[in-house]
Amino acid sequence: MLNYRFQWRAVFKHLPDLVDAAFLTLQITVLSVIIGLAIAVILAVWRRSENAWLFWLTATWVALARNTPALLQIYLFYFGLGAYGIHLSPYAAVLAAITFNNAGYLTEILRGGIDAVNPSQGRAALGLGMTPLQVYARVIFPQVFRAVFLPITNQIIWAMLGTSLGMIIGLQELTGMTTFLQSQTFRPFEFYLAAALIYLVMVETVLVCARLYARWAFRW
Amino acid sequence: MIKIEEVRKSFGNLEVLKGIDLTVDKGEVVCLIGGSGSGKSTLLMCINALESIQSGRIEVDGIDVHAPSTDKNKLRRKLGIVFQQFNAFPHLTARENVALAPRHVLGLPKSETNQLAEHYLAHVGLGDKLDAYPTQLSGGQQQRLAIARALAMKPDYMLLDEVTSALDPELVGEVLDTLRLLAREGMTMIAVTHEIPFAREVADRVAFFHDGVIHEIGPARDLISSPQRTRTRDFLGKIL
Ligand SMILES: Nc1ncnc2c1ncn2[C@@H]1O[C@H](COP(=O)(O)OP(=O)(O)O)[C@@H](O)[C@H]1O
Ligand SMILES: [Mg+2]
Repeated sequence: MLNYRFQWRAVFKHLPDLVDAAFLTLQITVLSVIIGLAIAVILAVWRRSENAWLFWLTATWVALARNTPALLQIYLFYFGLGAYGIHLSPYAAVLAAITFNNAGYLTEILRGGIDAVNPSQGRAALGLGMTPLQVYARVIFPQVFRAVFLPITNQIIWAMLGTSLGMIIGLQELTGMTTFLQSQTFRPFEFYLAAALIYLVMVETVLVCARLYARWAFRW
Repeated sequence: MIKIEEVRKSFGNLEVLKGIDLTVDKGEVVCLIGGSGSGKSTLLMCINALESIQSGRIEVDGIDVHAPSTDKNKLRRKLGIVFQQFNAFPHLTARENVALAPRHVLGLPKSETNQLAEHYLAHVGLGDKLDAYPTQLSGGQQQRLAIARALAMKPDYMLLDEVTSALDPELVGEVLDTLRLLAREGMTMIAVTHEIPFAREVADRVAFFHDGVIHEIGPARDLISSPQRTRTRDFLGKIL
Protein backbone atom coordinates (compact mmCIF):
# COMPACT_ATOMS: atom_id res chain seq x y z
CA MET A 1 0.00 0.00 0.00
CA LEU A 2 2.68 2.44 0.95
CA ASN A 3 4.49 1.63 -2.24
CA TYR A 4 1.38 2.11 -4.35
CA ARG A 5 2.02 4.83 -6.88
CA PHE A 6 -1.07 6.63 -8.01
CA GLN A 7 -1.33 6.91 -11.73
CA TRP A 8 -4.26 8.95 -12.83
CA ARG A 9 -3.57 8.99 -16.53
CA ALA A 10 -5.78 5.96 -17.23
CA VAL A 11 -8.60 7.52 -15.27
CA PHE A 12 -8.38 10.77 -17.17
CA LYS A 13 -8.30 8.91 -20.43
CA HIS A 14 -11.47 7.03 -19.55
CA LEU A 15 -13.21 9.94 -17.87
CA PRO A 16 -15.77 10.28 -20.68
CA ASP A 17 -16.73 6.61 -20.13
CA LEU A 18 -17.15 7.23 -16.42
CA VAL A 19 -19.27 10.30 -17.06
CA ASP A 20 -21.43 8.36 -19.51
CA ALA A 21 -21.86 5.62 -16.91
CA ALA A 22 -22.73 8.21 -14.28
CA PHE A 23 -25.47 9.49 -16.58
CA LEU A 24 -26.82 5.95 -16.85
CA THR A 25 -26.87 5.78 -13.05
CA LEU A 26 -28.64 9.11 -12.96
CA GLN A 27 -31.13 8.04 -15.58
CA ILE A 28 -32.11 4.89 -13.74
CA THR A 29 -32.35 6.87 -10.51
CA VAL A 30 -34.64 9.52 -11.97
CA LEU A 31 -36.86 7.04 -13.83
CA SER A 32 -37.11 4.64 -10.91
CA VAL A 33 -38.05 7.42 -8.51
CA ILE A 34 -40.64 8.99 -10.83
CA ILE A 35 -42.27 5.68 -11.79
CA GLY A 36 -41.88 4.40 -8.23
CA LEU A 37 -43.61 7.50 -6.88
CA ALA A 38 -46.49 7.14 -9.33
CA ILE A 39 -46.95 3.52 -8.25
CA ALA A 40 -46.60 4.48 -4.60
CA VAL A 41 -49.42 7.02 -4.86
CA ILE A 42 -51.69 4.25 -6.13
CA LEU A 43 -50.47 1.75 -3.54
CA ALA A 44 -50.90 4.27 -0.72
CA VAL A 45 -54.52 4.72 -1.77
CA TRP A 46 -55.07 0.94 -2.11
CA ARG A 47 -53.52 0.43 1.29
CA ARG A 48 -56.56 2.22 2.75
CA SER A 49 -58.97 0.37 0.49
CA GLU A 50 -61.79 -1.81 1.80
CA ASN A 51 -61.00 -4.31 -0.92
CA ALA A 52 -59.04 -7.16 0.67
CA TRP A 53 -57.25 -8.04 -2.58
CA LEU A 54 -55.93 -4.54 -3.07
CA PHE A 55 -54.92 -4.32 0.56
CA TRP A 56 -52.98 -7.57 0.45
CA LEU A 57 -51.38 -6.79 -2.89
CA THR A 58 -50.10 -3.55 -1.41
CA ALA A 59 -49.02 -5.11 1.87
CA THR A 60 -47.14 -7.85 0.01
CA TRP A 61 -45.46 -5.40 -2.33
CA VAL A 62 -44.34 -3.19 0.56
CA ALA A 63 -43.06 -6.14 2.60
CA LEU A 64 -41.14 -7.71 -0.31
CA ALA A 65 -39.63 -4.39 -1.34
CA ARG A 66 -38.52 -3.35 2.10
CA ASN A 67 -37.75 -6.58 3.86
CA THR A 68 -35.74 -8.50 1.25
CA PRO A 69 -32.28 -7.66 -0.11
CA ALA A 70 -32.34 -5.33 -3.10
CA LEU A 71 -29.88 -7.63 -4.85
CA LEU A 72 -32.35 -10.49 -4.54
CA GLN A 73 -35.00 -8.27 -6.08
CA ILE A 74 -32.73 -7.62 -9.05
CA TYR A 75 -32.11 -11.38 -9.41
CA LEU A 76 -35.84 -12.00 -9.32
CA PHE A 77 -36.43 -9.63 -12.22
CA TYR A 78 -33.40 -10.82 -14.19
CA PHE A 79 -33.12 -14.57 -13.60
CA GLY A 80 -36.52 -15.19 -12.01
CA LEU A 81 -38.57 -13.79 -14.86
CA GLY A 82 -36.10 -15.38 -17.28
CA ALA A 83 -37.22 -18.79 -16.05
CA TYR A 84 -40.72 -17.88 -17.25
CA GLY A 85 -39.39 -16.91 -20.64
CA ILE A 86 -39.51 -13.19 -19.88
CA HIS A 87 -35.98 -12.05 -20.67
CA LEU A 88 -35.23 -8.56 -19.48
CA SER A 89 -32.05 -6.79 -20.44
CA PRO A 90 -29.79 -5.90 -17.49
CA TYR A 91 -30.95 -2.31 -17.88
CA ALA A 92 -34.63 -3.20 -17.80
CA ALA A 93 -34.16 -5.64 -14.92
CA VAL A 94 -32.31 -3.11 -12.79
CA LEU A 95 -34.78 -0.34 -13.61
CA ALA A 96 -37.70 -2.64 -12.77
CA ALA A 97 -36.14 -3.87 -9.54
CA ILE A 98 -35.12 -0.44 -8.25
CA THR A 99 -38.54 0.92 -9.22
CA PHE A 100 -40.21 -1.96 -7.40
CA ASN A 101 -38.05 -1.27 -4.39
CA ASN A 102 -38.66 2.49 -4.48
CA ALA A 103 -42.40 2.01 -4.80
CA GLY A 104 -42.42 -0.06 -1.61
CA TYR A 105 -40.48 2.44 0.44
CA LEU A 106 -42.28 5.44 -1.04
CA THR A 107 -45.66 3.88 -0.24
CA GLU A 108 -44.75 3.82 3.42
CA ILE A 109 -43.34 7.34 3.22
CA LEU A 110 -46.55 8.64 1.65
CA ARG A 111 -48.66 6.81 4.21
CA GLY A 112 -46.69 8.45 6.99
CA GLY A 113 -47.08 11.83 5.29
CA ILE A 114 -50.84 11.47 4.99
CA ASP A 115 -51.10 10.35 8.61
CA ALA A 116 -49.08 13.40 9.64
CA VAL A 117 -51.88 15.72 8.51
CA ASN A 118 -54.54 16.26 11.13
CA PRO A 119 -57.88 15.03 9.71
CA SER A 120 -59.58 18.08 11.16
CA GLN A 121 -57.71 20.17 8.57
CA GLY A 122 -59.80 18.64 5.81
CA ARG A 123 -63.00 19.13 7.77
CA ALA A 124 -62.19 22.79 8.35
CA ALA A 125 -61.47 23.34 4.67
CA LEU A 126 -64.69 21.60 3.60
CA GLY A 127 -66.49 23.76 6.14
CA LEU A 128 -65.32 26.82 4.21
CA GLY A 129 -67.13 25.58 1.13
CA MET A 130 -64.11 24.19 -0.69
CA THR A 131 -64.65 21.20 -2.96
CA PRO A 132 -62.91 17.94 -1.98
CA LEU A 133 -60.45 18.46 -4.83
CA GLN A 134 -59.62 21.98 -3.63
CA VAL A 135 -59.25 20.70 -0.08
CA TYR A 136 -56.81 18.11 -1.27
CA ALA A 137 -54.81 20.40 -3.54
CA ARG A 138 -54.63 23.51 -1.39
CA VAL A 139 -54.73 22.22 2.16
CA ILE A 140 -53.81 18.53 2.44
CA PHE A 141 -51.23 18.08 -0.30
CA PRO A 142 -48.92 20.94 0.73
CA GLN A 143 -48.73 19.49 4.22
CA VAL A 144 -48.15 15.95 3.00
CA PHE A 145 -45.51 17.25 0.63
CA ARG A 146 -43.57 18.85 3.44
CA ALA A 147 -43.80 15.74 5.59
CA VAL A 148 -42.50 13.47 2.81
CA PHE A 149 -39.95 15.81 1.29
CA LEU A 150 -36.95 14.81 3.37
CA PRO A 151 -37.70 11.05 3.38
CA ILE A 152 -38.14 11.16 -0.41
CA THR A 153 -34.82 12.95 -0.77
CA ASN A 154 -33.22 10.15 1.22
CA GLN A 155 -34.96 7.61 -0.99
CA ILE A 156 -33.58 9.27 -4.12
CA ILE A 157 -30.09 8.95 -2.70
CA TRP A 158 -30.71 5.37 -1.68
CA ALA A 159 -31.91 4.59 -5.22
CA MET A 160 -28.85 6.25 -6.75
CA LEU A 161 -26.47 4.19 -4.65
CA GLY A 162 -28.63 1.09 -5.07
CA THR A 163 -28.25 1.13 -8.85
CA SER A 164 -24.63 0.02 -8.28
CA LEU A 165 -25.99 -3.48 -7.64
CA GLY A 166 -26.72 -3.55 -11.35
CA MET A 167 -23.07 -4.35 -12.08
CA ILE A 168 -23.64 -7.86 -10.78
CA ILE A 169 -25.85 -8.67 -13.76
CA GLY A 170 -23.50 -6.84 -16.12
CA LEU A 171 -25.02 -3.39 -16.28
CA GLN A 172 -22.37 -0.79 -16.96
CA GLU A 173 -23.66 1.93 -14.74
CA LEU A 174 -21.04 3.85 -12.79
CA THR A 175 -19.88 0.99 -10.57
CA GLY A 176 -20.08 -1.57 -13.37
CA MET A 177 -18.15 0.63 -15.75
CA THR A 178 -15.55 1.38 -13.09
CA THR A 179 -15.08 -2.29 -12.40
CA PHE A 180 -14.68 -3.01 -16.07
CA LEU A 181 -12.17 -0.20 -16.63
CA GLN A 182 -9.99 -1.02 -13.65
CA SER A 183 -9.77 -4.61 -14.80
CA GLN A 184 -8.58 -3.39 -18.19
CA THR A 185 -6.05 -0.93 -16.81
CA PHE A 186 -5.05 -2.51 -13.50
CA ARG A 187 -5.56 0.80 -11.66
CA PRO A 188 -8.33 -0.27 -9.24
CA PHE A 189 -7.59 2.24 -6.52
CA GLU A 190 -7.63 5.23 -8.83
CA PHE A 191 -10.75 4.14 -10.64
CA TYR A 192 -12.74 3.33 -7.51
CA LEU A 193 -11.66 6.59 -5.90
CA ALA A 194 -12.73 8.48 -8.99
CA ALA A 195 -16.09 6.67 -9.01
CA ALA A 196 -16.54 7.42 -5.31
CA LEU A 197 -15.90 11.07 -6.02
CA ILE A 198 -18.50 11.10 -8.80
CA TYR A 199 -21.09 9.44 -6.50
CA LEU A 200 -20.30 11.99 -3.81
CA VAL A 201 -20.75 14.90 -6.18
CA MET A 202 -24.08 13.53 -7.40
CA VAL A 203 -25.37 12.85 -3.89
CA GLU A 204 -24.22 16.19 -2.52
CA THR A 205 -25.84 17.95 -5.47
CA VAL A 206 -29.15 16.29 -4.65
CA LEU A 207 -28.77 17.16 -0.97
CA VAL A 208 -27.84 20.78 -1.56
CA CYS A 209 -30.67 21.29 -4.05
CA ALA A 210 -33.13 19.66 -1.65
CA ARG A 211 -31.94 21.81 1.23
CA LEU A 212 -32.16 25.03 -0.77
CA TYR A 213 -35.60 24.13 -2.07
CA ALA A 214 -36.81 23.22 1.42
CA ARG A 215 -35.54 26.49 2.86
CA TRP A 216 -37.38 28.40 0.16
CA ALA A 217 -40.60 26.34 0.18
CA PHE A 218 -41.09 25.51 3.85
CA ARG A 219 -40.76 28.80 5.66
CA TRP A 220 -43.77 27.86 7.78
CA MET B 1 -83.61 30.36 9.61
CA ILE B 2 -82.29 26.94 10.52
CA LYS B 3 -85.00 24.37 11.00
CA ILE B 4 -84.14 20.97 12.47
CA GLU B 5 -86.93 18.41 12.55
CA GLU B 6 -86.87 14.92 14.06
CA VAL B 7 -83.23 14.39 13.14
CA ARG B 8 -81.74 10.99 13.82
CA LYS B 9 -78.13 10.07 13.26
CA SER B 10 -76.18 6.89 13.94
CA PHE B 11 -72.57 5.88 13.68
CA GLY B 12 -72.91 2.17 12.89
CA ASN B 13 -75.07 0.74 15.65
CA LEU B 14 -74.58 3.72 17.91
CA GLU B 15 -77.49 6.15 17.70
CA VAL B 16 -76.07 9.53 18.57
CA LEU B 17 -78.96 11.85 17.73
CA LYS B 18 -82.34 10.46 18.70
CA GLY B 19 -84.82 12.89 17.27
CA ILE B 20 -83.66 16.50 17.49
CA ASP B 21 -86.04 19.40 16.93
CA LEU B 22 -84.70 22.93 16.99
CA THR B 23 -85.43 26.11 15.13
CA VAL B 24 -82.99 29.00 15.15
CA ASP B 25 -84.15 32.36 13.84
CA LYS B 26 -82.10 34.92 12.02
CA GLY B 27 -80.15 37.00 14.55
CA GLU B 28 -80.59 34.50 17.36
CA VAL B 29 -77.78 33.10 19.49
CA VAL B 30 -78.40 29.58 20.75
CA CYS B 31 -75.94 27.84 23.02
CA LEU B 32 -75.82 24.07 23.28
CA ILE B 33 -74.66 22.65 26.58
CA GLY B 34 -74.49 19.09 27.87
CA GLY B 35 -72.16 16.28 28.81
CA SER B 36 -69.46 14.92 26.58
CA GLY B 37 -70.79 12.42 24.05
CA SER B 38 -74.33 13.75 24.13
CA GLY B 39 -74.26 14.56 20.41
CA LYS B 40 -73.64 18.32 20.29
CA SER B 41 -70.72 18.26 17.85
CA THR B 42 -72.48 15.72 15.68
CA LEU B 43 -75.51 17.99 15.38
CA LEU B 44 -73.36 20.92 14.24
CA MET B 45 -71.72 18.75 11.59
CA CYS B 46 -75.11 17.53 10.39
CA ILE B 47 -76.25 21.14 9.99
CA ASN B 48 -73.53 21.87 7.43
CA ALA B 49 -73.57 18.39 5.92
CA LEU B 50 -70.14 17.35 7.13
CA GLU B 51 -72.07 14.38 8.50
CA SER B 52 -75.09 12.69 6.94
CA ILE B 53 -78.33 11.97 8.81
CA GLN B 54 -80.46 8.82 8.85
CA SER B 55 -83.84 10.47 9.05
CA GLY B 56 -85.54 13.77 9.70
CA ARG B 57 -84.84 17.04 7.98
CA ILE B 58 -82.58 20.04 8.29
CA GLU B 59 -83.39 23.21 6.43
CA VAL B 60 -81.17 26.25 6.11
CA ASP B 61 -83.03 29.24 4.63
CA GLY B 62 -85.46 26.80 3.08
CA ILE B 63 -82.76 24.60 1.54
CA ASP B 64 -82.99 20.93 2.45
CA VAL B 65 -79.41 20.31 3.59
CA HIS B 66 -79.43 16.56 3.11
CA ALA B 67 -81.35 16.35 -0.16
CA PRO B 68 -79.17 14.60 -2.75
CA SER B 69 -79.75 17.49 -5.15
CA THR B 70 -78.33 20.06 -2.72
CA ASP B 71 -74.89 21.42 -3.63
CA LYS B 72 -73.22 20.91 -0.27
CA ASN B 73 -70.13 22.95 -1.07
CA LYS B 74 -72.31 25.88 -1.99
CA LEU B 75 -74.53 25.44 1.03
CA ARG B 76 -71.53 25.56 3.36
CA ARG B 77 -70.79 29.12 2.25
CA LYS B 78 -73.82 30.18 4.28
CA LEU B 79 -72.53 28.40 7.37
CA GLY B 80 -69.22 29.29 8.98
CA ILE B 81 -67.90 26.62 11.31
CA VAL B 82 -65.13 26.79 13.91
CA PHE B 83 -63.93 23.75 15.80
CA GLN B 84 -62.38 23.08 19.16
CA GLN B 85 -58.99 22.15 17.67
CA PHE B 86 -57.20 25.10 16.11
CA ASN B 87 -57.51 24.40 12.44
CA ALA B 88 -55.34 27.14 11.04
CA PHE B 89 -53.71 25.89 7.84
CA PRO B 90 -50.07 25.72 8.92
CA HIS B 91 -48.54 26.32 5.49
CA LEU B 92 -50.32 29.65 5.00
CA THR B 93 -49.88 33.02 6.70
CA ALA B 94 -52.79 34.50 8.61
CA ARG B 95 -53.64 36.61 5.58
CA GLU B 96 -53.45 33.63 3.23
CA ASN B 97 -55.53 31.50 5.61
CA VAL B 98 -58.36 34.01 5.49
CA ALA B 99 -58.02 34.78 1.77
CA LEU B 100 -57.96 31.12 0.66
CA ALA B 101 -61.67 30.32 0.49
CA PRO B 102 -62.79 33.73 -0.87
CA ARG B 103 -60.16 33.34 -3.57
CA HIS B 104 -60.85 29.77 -4.63
CA VAL B 105 -64.45 29.21 -3.59
CA LEU B 106 -65.89 32.59 -4.50
CA GLY B 107 -63.33 33.28 -7.23
CA LEU B 108 -62.64 36.83 -6.04
CA PRO B 109 -59.52 38.55 -7.37
CA LYS B 110 -56.45 38.53 -5.19
CA SER B 111 -56.48 42.25 -4.44
CA GLU B 112 -59.99 41.92 -3.08
CA THR B 113 -59.33 38.80 -1.02
CA ASN B 114 -56.28 40.42 0.55
CA GLN B 115 -58.41 43.36 1.59
CA LEU B 116 -61.04 41.00 2.95
CA ALA B 117 -58.38 39.17 4.93
CA GLU B 118 -56.93 42.35 6.36
CA HIS B 119 -60.37 43.61 7.29
CA TYR B 120 -61.47 40.48 9.12
CA LEU B 121 -58.13 39.91 10.81
CA ALA B 122 -58.25 43.46 12.13
CA HIS B 123 -61.82 42.80 13.21
CA VAL B 124 -60.75 39.94 15.48
CA GLY B 125 -57.74 41.89 16.75
CA LEU B 126 -55.07 40.30 14.56
CA GLY B 127 -54.37 43.33 12.39
CA ASP B 128 -50.70 43.18 13.32
CA LYS B 129 -50.33 39.45 12.51
CA LEU B 130 -51.15 39.46 8.82
CA ASP B 131 -47.94 37.78 7.74
CA ALA B 132 -47.49 35.51 10.73
CA TYR B 133 -47.64 31.75 10.23
CA PRO B 134 -49.93 29.84 12.61
CA THR B 135 -46.95 28.37 14.47
CA GLN B 136 -46.07 31.94 15.46
CA LEU B 137 -49.52 32.52 16.98
CA SER B 138 -50.86 31.60 20.41
CA GLY B 139 -53.84 29.26 20.70
CA GLY B 140 -56.16 32.19 21.27
CA GLN B 141 -54.81 33.97 18.23
CA GLN B 142 -55.16 30.83 16.10
CA GLN B 143 -58.75 30.45 17.19
CA ARG B 144 -59.49 34.09 16.34
CA LEU B 145 -57.83 33.46 12.99
CA ALA B 146 -60.22 30.55 12.43
CA ILE B 147 -63.14 32.85 13.25
CA ALA B 148 -61.89 35.54 10.85
CA ARG B 149 -61.43 32.88 8.17
CA ALA B 150 -65.03 31.77 8.56
CA LEU B 151 -66.32 35.36 8.60
CA ALA B 152 -64.51 36.25 5.39
CA MET B 153 -66.94 34.01 3.52
CA LYS B 154 -69.67 36.33 4.82
CA PRO B 155 -71.74 33.46 6.22
CA ASP B 156 -75.29 33.96 7.40
CA TYR B 157 -74.76 31.59 10.31
CA MET B 158 -71.87 30.62 12.54
CA LEU B 159 -71.53 27.17 14.07
CA LEU B 160 -69.08 27.15 16.96
CA ASP B 161 -67.99 23.90 18.56
CA GLU B 162 -66.37 24.47 21.94
CA VAL B 163 -64.02 27.03 20.46
CA THR B 164 -62.47 27.83 23.84
CA SER B 165 -62.15 24.29 25.22
CA ALA B 166 -58.62 23.64 23.98
CA LEU B 167 -57.29 27.01 25.16
CA ASP B 168 -55.18 27.80 28.17
CA PRO B 169 -57.46 29.54 30.70
CA GLU B 170 -55.80 32.92 30.27
CA LEU B 171 -56.56 32.88 26.52
CA VAL B 172 -60.26 32.05 26.81
CA GLY B 173 -61.29 35.66 27.43
CA GLU B 174 -59.98 37.08 24.16
CA VAL B 175 -61.88 34.50 22.10
CA LEU B 176 -65.10 35.00 24.07
CA ASP B 177 -64.73 38.75 23.49
CA THR B 178 -64.60 38.07 19.76
CA LEU B 179 -67.80 36.02 20.00
CA ARG B 180 -69.49 38.80 22.00
CA LEU B 181 -68.57 41.16 19.20
CA LEU B 182 -70.23 38.87 16.65
CA ALA B 183 -73.34 38.61 18.79
CA ARG B 184 -73.55 42.40 19.07
CA GLU B 185 -73.30 42.64 15.31
CA GLY B 186 -76.34 40.43 15.03
CA MET B 187 -74.65 37.24 13.74
CA THR B 188 -76.84 34.17 14.04
CA MET B 189 -74.91 31.60 16.04
CA ILE B 190 -75.23 28.08 17.32
CA ALA B 191 -72.47 27.66 19.86
CA VAL B 192 -71.57 24.53 21.78
CA THR B 193 -69.94 25.74 24.98
CA HIS B 194 -69.06 24.89 28.54
CA GLU B 195 -68.75 28.57 29.43
CA ILE B 196 -72.07 28.86 31.27
CA PRO B 197 -71.71 32.50 32.34
CA PHE B 198 -70.92 33.37 28.73
CA ALA B 199 -74.01 31.48 27.55
CA ARG B 200 -76.18 33.28 30.05
CA GLU B 201 -74.83 36.62 28.98
CA VAL B 202 -74.80 36.21 25.20
CA ALA B 203 -77.33 33.53 24.25
CA ASP B 204 -80.99 34.13 23.60
CA ARG B 205 -81.75 30.49 24.26
CA VAL B 206 -79.84 27.59 25.75
CA ALA B 207 -80.47 23.94 24.91
CA PHE B 208 -79.35 21.19 27.26
CA PHE B 209 -78.36 18.01 25.44
CA HIS B 210 -78.55 14.65 27.08
CA ASP B 211 -78.08 11.29 25.42
CA GLY B 212 -78.91 12.41 21.90
CA VAL B 213 -81.96 14.52 22.65
CA ILE B 214 -82.60 18.10 23.69
CA HIS B 215 -83.58 17.42 27.25
CA GLU B 216 -84.50 21.00 28.06
CA ILE B 217 -84.49 24.26 26.16
CA GLY B 218 -85.44 27.77 27.15
CA PRO B 219 -84.42 31.39 27.43
CA ALA B 220 -80.79 31.52 28.57
CA ARG B 221 -81.37 33.17 31.94
CA ASP B 222 -84.31 30.95 32.85
CA LEU B 223 -82.68 27.70 31.88
CA ILE B 224 -79.44 28.47 33.66
CA SER B 225 -80.92 30.12 36.77
CA SER B 226 -83.91 27.87 37.24
CA PRO B 227 -83.69 24.66 35.23
CA GLN B 228 -86.91 22.70 35.32
CA ARG B 229 -85.57 19.19 35.01
CA THR B 230 -83.35 17.24 37.36
CA ARG B 231 -80.70 16.25 34.82
CA THR B 232 -80.27 19.85 33.73
CA ARG B 233 -79.93 20.92 37.35
CA ASP B 234 -77.38 18.17 38.02
CA PHE B 235 -75.34 19.10 34.97
CA LEU B 236 -75.33 22.81 35.77
CA GLY B 237 -74.56 22.06 39.40
CA LYS B 238 -71.53 20.06 38.39
CA ILE B 239 -70.16 22.51 35.85
CA LEU B 240 -70.78 25.81 37.66
N1 LIG C 1 -67.04 9.74 13.38
C1 LIG C 1 -67.58 9.04 14.40
N2 LIG C 1 -67.62 7.69 14.34
C2 LIG C 1 -68.16 6.98 15.35
N3 LIG C 1 -68.67 7.51 16.48
C3 LIG C 1 -68.65 8.84 16.60
C4 LIG C 1 -68.10 9.68 15.58
N4 LIG C 1 -68.21 10.96 15.98
C5 LIG C 1 -68.80 10.93 17.19
N5 LIG C 1 -69.06 9.67 17.58
C6 LIG C 1 -69.74 9.26 18.81
O1 LIG C 1 -70.98 9.95 18.87
C7 LIG C 1 -71.26 10.33 20.19
C8 LIG C 1 -71.55 11.80 20.24
O2 LIG C 1 -70.35 12.50 19.95
P1 LIG C 1 -70.29 14.07 19.87
O3 LIG C 1 -71.34 14.57 18.93
O4 LIG C 1 -68.90 14.42 19.56
O5 LIG C 1 -70.66 14.49 21.34
P2 LIG C 1 -70.39 15.87 22.11
O6 LIG C 1 -69.92 16.87 21.10
O7 LIG C 1 -71.68 16.21 22.72
O8 LIG C 1 -69.34 15.57 23.12
C9 LIG C 1 -70.09 9.89 21.05
O9 LIG C 1 -70.42 8.68 21.66
C10 LIG C 1 -68.99 9.69 20.04
O10 LIG C 1 -68.11 8.69 20.48
MG1 LIG D 1 -68.08 17.86 21.03
